[in-house]
Amino acid sequence: MKPTPDALLPSKSSGPLAAWAIRHLSTLIGSLGRLARQPGATLMTVMVIAVTLALPAAMHLVVKNARAMSGNWENALDFSMYLKPGVSLGDAERLRALIAQRADVEQVQLISADEALAEFKAQSGFGSAIDYLAENPLPHTLVVRPAPTNTEASVVLLNEELANLPQTDFVQVDTEWVQRFLAILDIVQRAIGIGAVLLGAAIIIIIGNTIRLDIENRRDEIEVTKLIGASNAFVRRPFLYSGLWYGLGGGLLALALVGYGLYALQPAVARLSGLYGGGFELLSLGLRESLGIVAVGVLLGLSGSWLAAARHMRRIEPR
Amino acid sequence: MISITDVTKRFPGGQEALRSLTMHIDKGEMVFVTGHSGAGKSTLLRLIALIERPTSGQVVVDGQNLRRVSRRRIPHYRRQIGMVFQDHRLLYDRPVFDNVALPLVIAGVGHREAARKVRASLDQVGLLHKERQHPETLSTGEQQRVGIARAIVSRPKLLIADEPTGNLDPDLSLEVMRIFRRFNEVGVTLLIASHDIALIDQLGCRRIALENGTLAADEEDDIVAEYAPGAMYGREEDPWR
Repeated sequence: MKPTPDALLPSKSSGPLAAWAIRHLSTLIGSLGRLARQPGATLMTVMVIAVTLALPAAMHLVVKNARAMSGNWENALDFSMYLKPGVSLGDAERLRALIAQRADVEQVQLISADEALAEFKAQSGFGSAIDYLAENPLPHTLVVRPAPTNTEASVVLLNEELANLPQTDFVQVDTEWVQRFLAILDIVQRAIGIGAVLLGAAIIIIIGNTIRLDIENRRDEIEVTKLIGASNAFVRRPFLYSGLWYGLGGGLLALALVGYGLYALQPAVARLSGLYGGGFELLSLGLRESLGIVAVGVLLGLSGSWLAAARHMRRIEPR
Repeated sequence: MISITDVTKRFPGGQEALRSLTMHIDKGEMVFVTGHSGAGKSTLLRLIALIERPTSGQVVVDGQNLRRVSRRRIPHYRRQIGMVFQDHRLLYDRPVFDNVALPLVIAGVGHREAARKVRASLDQVGLLHKERQHPETLSTGEQQRVGIARAIVSRPKLLIADEPTGNLDPDLSLEVMRIFRRFNEVGVTLLIASHDIALIDQLGCRRIALENGTLAADEEDDIVAEYAPGAMYGREEDPWR
């Protein structure tokens, strides 16, 4: 007897690409099922990855918000010109009009000593204690806003000119601290970047180690599968997909953690915003940033499992 | 089908499992390799399965010189031969069906076709009704039959079996041998390592006896009438169907 004719025919299927896709899909789902059968261990690994991803993401968000907050002030490079105590209100008003005519000045606002005192009384909390002062210690102040056409150098020049006027006691650039603050933020952001790289390496190690243990546990299975004719790529595939799932799960959970953190901060931020007269809202992660975090998670998961699988799979040969 | 020429296998420790062994097995033969443990039976099968490589000499299987099969090509080579093991080597985390389907999954056979082949294969070993069970719920004999179903599911031209009845009682052993015999009838070449002389005597096939890694005897036996093809299971139909 000979084999039946259909045994000799090439296997018929719906195209090699479709078969390939179905094979990968079933491995993908199979490895998810395997992870789901050990929910405790899987959740632990995913949580570790999530926390490790959430940490730099949250720090990034802090910097992003701080930058946005200072961004509101960055454009207003106002000078406060404190006039000498002897300068009368009339002189101050004439000086205001004079400076306002300059081309490199957008507007000048006069805050009289009385107005300044009233504002101070209202906001400082000293209240009626200030009534005991014999005389108003505050000078008249001109708040000068340079025209937007100014360059950095011309602003410095304007600053010097105003400071050299005989009526001027001294000039304070209100926004100097903003520049310093932004410089600090730059440093912080860089530090976060370095930290993120280290944490990324940690994730690769965590996933690599998890996959390594998984490979050891399934050593017999790998040997048998290789005996039957499985290639290294075939036995590696489910482990790569496990790594992918760990990364994806970790990334999504990291987003949830950051989201929950924002939600928890919301009331405190609303109160602060109220104290500053409103207008500030907490920025959350944008779509691109969110996708980026998940993508980084997936990428790190794949790299970790790839490293582990490539290292250990070759060593496991049938005995 | 199998051509072994002057093959020596020396292990790192220095002991020689095979010494200048030369033997030939034709297509469609069913051959037993006998000998005491340590005589070199397993080593011979492992050389054919490319689990080991010979220290010297040449192994040719189905026209392929195994020396030329690179490490990367080993998986592809192994898919062409069926292997049955004494300890079954099943995967205990999945049902019988999935175990038998594994070689087809590895080879990338389409789902529907794979299911058909798996059922045909399970039918061959009489376990079609147990396809959803897990291997540990089966008896040792049934597990071995699952192992056989897995070995034949991709319809290899060559089947090698290392002590396939080593853990079975005589009745089950005979049953397994009958299954092997049936495959031989449809043209599968079989090479079976066994030390169960009594059983082999009943079957009456060619026997190659190894002793200390060398060929001690190679005898063609007349087929015992009782076990002649057809008489054995009383049916003539094509077992592949």
